[in-house]
Amino acid sequence: MESFLENNGMYRGIYCYFAGNEGNGLWCKGLDGILPLGWEWLGYFIAGFTIMLILVNGALLGAAIFVWGERRILARIHKRRGPNRWGPFGLLQPIADLLKLLIKEDLVPTVADRLVFTLVPVVMLMSLLLSLAVIPFAYNTYLADLNVAILYFVAVGSLSTIAIFMAGWSSGNKYAMFGAMRSVAMLISYEVPLVMSLVGVVLIAGSMSMVDVVEAQHVPFILVQPLGALIFLLGISAELNRTPFDIMEAESEIIAGYHTEYSGIKFALIQAAEMAGVLAASAVIATLFLGGWSGPVFSSQLGAVWFLLKLTFVAFVFVWIRGTFPRLRIDQIMAFAWKFLLPLAFINLMSTAIEVYFFGFYNAPANELGVITGDELWVMAAINSGIAVVAITLFGRATRDKMRPNPVKLHKLEPAGTVLGVN
Amino acid sequence: MLEDYFRQYGLIAIFALVAMIVPSSMLVVSLLFSRIRIRPVKPNPIKSDIYECGMETIGGRWGQFNFRYYMYALLFVIFDVAVVFLYPWAVQLGKLGLFALLQMTAFLIILGFGWVYAWGKKDLEWR
Repeated sequence: MESFLENNGMYRGIYCYFAGNEGNGLWCKGLDGILPLGWEWLGYFIAGFTIMLILVNGALLGAAIFVWGERRILARIHKRRGPNRWGPFGLLQPIADLLKLLIKEDLVPTVADRLVFTLVPVVMLMSLLLSLAVIPFAYNTYLADLNVAILYFVAVGSLSTIAIFMAGWSSGNKYAMFGAMRSVAMLISYEVPLVMSLVGVVLIAGSMSMVDVVEAQHVPFILVQPLGALIFLLGISAELNRTPFDIMEAESEIIAGYHTEYSGIKFALIQAAEMAGVLAASAVIATLFLGGWSGPVFSSQLGAVWFLLKLTFVAFVFVWIRGTFPRLRIDQIMAFAWKFLLPLAFINLMSTAIEVYFFGFYNAPANELGVITGDELWVMAAINSGIAVVAITLFGRATRDKMRPNPVKLHKLEPAGTVLGVN
Repeated sequence: MLEDYFRQYGLIAIFALVAMIVPSSMLVVSLLFSRIRIRPVKPNPIKSDIYECGMETIGGRWGQFNFRYYMYALLFVIFDVAVVFLYPWAVQLGKLGLFALLQMTAFLIILGFGWVYAWGKKDLEWR
């Protein structure tokens, strides 16, 4: 327990407030706790549950605010006003929506598999909340600092694929099933470049723990890993069913995709999970590529503020992407994953590996193997930016035509109102 | 140290329980709302039918499916398993040095051949 209490400041604070005594004075600095002697174990649970409370409420409240923010920003992009009636600037709109959905009738189709159908929102929200557990949201503040945190995030995040397929299968609706099949095909395609792009980060940091990754960022990794950051952003927006990649709920083609049959509170939960998923993805991008809680000044005191600023910025980028790009066709989406993102992820991985070998092993003193200093990071940033520009340009040109395997032959149409045979 | 390690995973396990209870409790609240008649429960055959476009539904879940999904699934298995091998290697590369780098390069080149082959066979295309 010692190193856990030593490293996790928030956990230690809450623990000591409840269970501090002379026995654990080394960590609690003589604080006298509320709990009587012999009840220290309860302090561990109280501290853990407090952080869980913050995470769960932060995710759900954040999702509500994000819904509002996304609608407002999208409206501005579309030259509309967006929700502005209920509360100041329409800020209470998500709560009104939630209340409405809570008192709506909750329909389950007769042909549906009731148990699986009901489990879907639970699995979806669970995979999302679990992925928040490893994110350090302020200086030395997290629920658990796993040494496999990045792998854990990827593993838990792909649970949502299963939830989507459960939804499509259990609905008993063929359009829901189409949406689920499309989404599974797409999600597994984007999983590969997504996971591969994170290997670069792991290589430089020499650890999979998110806390270590933040501490290794003397230079934000978005500069050191421009290709990796780009691939991760695109891959994760596919995982989240965001607009350029939202073929699984393409309204104009397959009604609403996998959640066609959902109504009432279940629909609200699925939407909340999707929205909070964007926030979780933003949090991971902020942690892995933008430096997490570290900022130019006061990173240990104002860590949460820096983190929230970066998170908001990334979430805004997600909304911006959604407001800007049209939906891709499924063949374009698959070609984009397998013919563009995957080779770029390979290039990024190999170049980073060679650089890490050079700076961390070949050119490093024997007692500092695998440690990469700030100056070396700047050199890597310069090299990798060059590689990114060259690779994207070359590969973009090479695959531009191959990205469209089925060229659609347009018939030459006469403009409306043409009288055939006259002109 | 080992105890510390297990406590972290213990916290994750408890969090998994919490993460399961939170959405389930919302479903239970919704159920209670229907019991005290805040939320209506009036199913009828038309409402409980699956939605297609407003017309009567033709066919059910077991329609015909596109067979081409399976090739992506195969490719996914190959590449994702490979990626799992990449992670432990990536953590230790700075300490292992040249041999590890060359080994993984050879591994990735073999994988790359598979990818080029799949491209050449037009398995990456959505036909």
